Amino acid sequence: MKKHFRELSVAGALAVVLIGLAIFAPAFFQPQPLLSLLTREAPTLVVACGMALVIISRQIDISVGSQFAVCSVCAGLLAAKGWPLPLVFVSSVLFGAIMGAFNGWLVAGLRLPSIVVTLATMVTWREALRWQRQGEFVNLPDGLQWLGLSQVAGQWTLILAALVILVFLALATKHLSAGRFVYAVGTDAEAARLAGIRPQLTTFSVFVFMGALVGLAAMMNVVQSPQVDPKSGSGLELKVIAAAVVGGVAVSGGRGKLWGVFVGLLLLACISPALTHLHIEAYWEKAIQGAIILLAVVADGLRTRKQRN
Amino acid sequence: MRALKGVSFDLQAGEVHALLGENGAGKSTLIKVITGAHQPDGGTISINGETVAQLTPASAHKLGIACIYQQPALFPDLTVAENIGLRLEPASALRKVNWATRQTRAEELLKRIGAEISPDAEVRSLSMPEQQLVEIACALGAGARIVIMDEPTASLTQKEQHLLFAVVKDLRASGVGVIYISHRLEEIFQLADRVTVLRDGESVGTRAIRSGTGVSLVQSADVSPDVPISRTLGEDRRDACPTNELSESELIKLMVGREVSAIYPPSESEAGNVVLALKNLGCAAGGVKNISLDVRAGEIVGMAGLVGAGRTELARVLFGITPADLGEILLNGQRITISTPKEAVAHGIAYVPEDRRRHGVILEMPIAHNMTMAVHERVFPGTWLRFGAEKQIAQDFIRDLGVKAYGPDAPGGSLSGGNQQKVSLARWLATKPKLLILDEPTQGVDVGAKSEIHKIIRRLAKEGLAVLMISSDLPEVLGMSDRIAVMRGGTITAMLPAKTDAHEVMAAALGQAEKGATK
Repeated sequence: MKKHFRELSVAGALAVVLIGLAIFAPAFFQPQPLLSLLTREAPTLVVACGMALVIISRQIDISVGSQFAVCSVCAGLLAAKGWPLPLVFVSSVLFGAIMGAFNGWLVAGLRLPSIVVTLATMVTWREALRWQRQGEFVNLPDGLQWLGLSQVAGQWTLILAALVILVFLALATKHLSAGRFVYAVGTDAEAARLAGIRPQLTTFSVFVFMGALVGLAAMMNVVQSPQVDPKSGSGLELKVIAAAVVGGVAVSGGRGKLWGVFVGLLLLACISPALTHLHIEAYWEKAIQGAIILLAVVADGLRTRKQRN
Repeated sequence: MRALKGVSFDLQAGEVHALLGENGAGKSTLIKVITGAHQPDGGTISINGETVAQLTPASAHKLGIACIYQQPALFPDLTVAENIGLRLEPASALRKVNWATRQTRAEELLKRIGAEISPDAEVRSLSMPEQQLVEIACALGAGARIVIMDEPTASLTQKEQHLLFAVVKDLRASGVGVIYISHRLEEIFQLADRVTVLRDGESVGTRAIRSGTGVSLVQSADVSPDVPISRTLGEDRRDACPTNELSESELIKLMVGREVSAIYPPSESEAGNVVLALKNLGCAAGGVKNISLDVRAGEIVGMAGLVGAGRTELARVLFGITPADLGEILLNGQRITISTPKEAVAHGIAYVPEDRRRHGVILEMPIAHNMTMAVHERVFPGTWLRFGAEKQIAQDFIRDLGVKAYGPDAPGGSLSGGNQQKVSLARWLATKPKLLILDEPTQGVDVGAKSEIHKIIRRLAKEGLAVLMISSDLPEVLGMSDRIAVMRGGTITAMLPAKTDAHEVMAAALGQAEKGATK
């Protein structure tokens, strides 16, 4: 209970919001809009899981939005050429992993600060894409949308896929050596090194993994519409960092749980539809999200200060 | 723990007064008291004949006390003139900077100490001694009448030392009182007028070094006390030792003259085969050279030496943190190379590092996780963690080593220093090592836990482990070691048997034997 206090308090906040909606705007719980909301957030959840790992290892990756766009467009082009769907999926993951490896090489290999490295790659990928595509959409062949299933079945598939990834990663961080190493390196890289862990390799792997997850998430987004928008994924990095921070991942590294990130993401995602149903102007959305993030950071700050005393 | 118990110390104008003592004797604490960083809880401090009620860093600065640390505290990206300006100009955010005055003052000050440094040079581009000179210039510019130098020559070359000595002599000639801290006896004899020896937080004696001049300085200072400062901290037990001329060996006797206070468990083990043999081992990056050493199974080899003698550096070489570039390492007779900590662990070498808060126990992690950190591959084959096995290991070590914690899930940070050290030890014992390197195993640990750790080390040796124990605690080295290796200047200068007395170890650590040989 005490160990999960931070995550449980976010879950409590989410419960309060949901109960409030149930009383004042029961329309929020209509199945079809809710399903659409969750489907839209499924790719975000996958990226947020990766981001949580990156932040736990005391790094940051702000290039995920650009990676997302590159993967989406490349996957769309391959699909348009007639590649079979599974192969397109694999290629997208591979593209992501390669971009992640590039970040990882710069951060872990050359020991450059990750904020600067990923800022540079963020701008580079995004601009390269714009130069290459000139803002043109990619039209996807028929049968790709919703994976060739009916819309509802496709939506459920995507949501379940995201949840499977979440559960797998939540278990992996707890039950795999590699997961323990990520936490150890994020808390104290030098202590980890003295214990025979290779901090640079760990950091590199986390970035590669992050990229692969972005590639997967991009595909999960591509199959939701008949076209690929080359501007997709802009602002994604802020969204997933916010979800991680609200969900209790410490920006100073070494602390955080993936299910907390899931709850944090849901809380932030609820705000927009909730406002609509409560007939509040949409301008408030960002302000409320900002306030939630601020509250989470302040709560963490107060808690660490209390622990220190 | 009281770092200072009763210190009497006085400094006269135009004097170089050396402060001497082994590691942990209280020199740094005394300096912190004089510069106002620490508040004494007893005794008096008087400066210029006036008793100072409370000394803060700001008021010490006003009274003309300046301290030059081993690592200069300058801003590397600013120029020399800017650094001097920041120290000397009043701190006000909206004040207009007068660049011309700033420049000329920097030039004047640098000229006064004979430093050939451009005021426009970035501090980053200066060598260590040049940075120290800038610090001295700052001290002079602030009108310092008392300058404290904490091991100023530790990182200097011979030539740079001479430059520094010349500046110190100039300071003395201009009436500044200098408190000079150094481990190097030859420097003290060359430079100081008087020397005060600290031992276990007490001043055990003040001696004049230079006959004739020393006496006249004392008298003249008594007649016209330009800058006399005197301090008596804790209970007043001013030593009535006459200030007479002394020899190096008398100084060493003053430094170590004490009984082994704690009772150490007796050695029960028989030395077996040679586990580790080093032949002419060297590592330029680590600053160690020409190391030859044997450690046998069941043997505890103590590593004595002063701070900076290269003991931790040797441990880091052996553990593959800064790999050796010269010489041979033989483990159980087999020649091996160690280039990463992972390889060292694979070879059966374990290193319990010195600073357990920074490099040992991960405070946020449960102690069970901490204990298995280095043995994932063995405890969890296939990388799937088995919490049952992990808990079992943790519980075994908690019982064996007597770790006081509420259980394997307790975070490392919730334990006392002694128990954290046991957790750190457990992590490395879990690797089932053949050679255990301990770096300051009882630093910052209370007396009870200390003797428990000593018993554990003895037991491990009895079970056949080869132990290399680095310690700055001289009684600990003497009480625990089967043999003692003394390091100085990055190499082993003496191998001493178990029944050595403190005097011999200290003499070797200070380089007295070495100096005698070169004469």
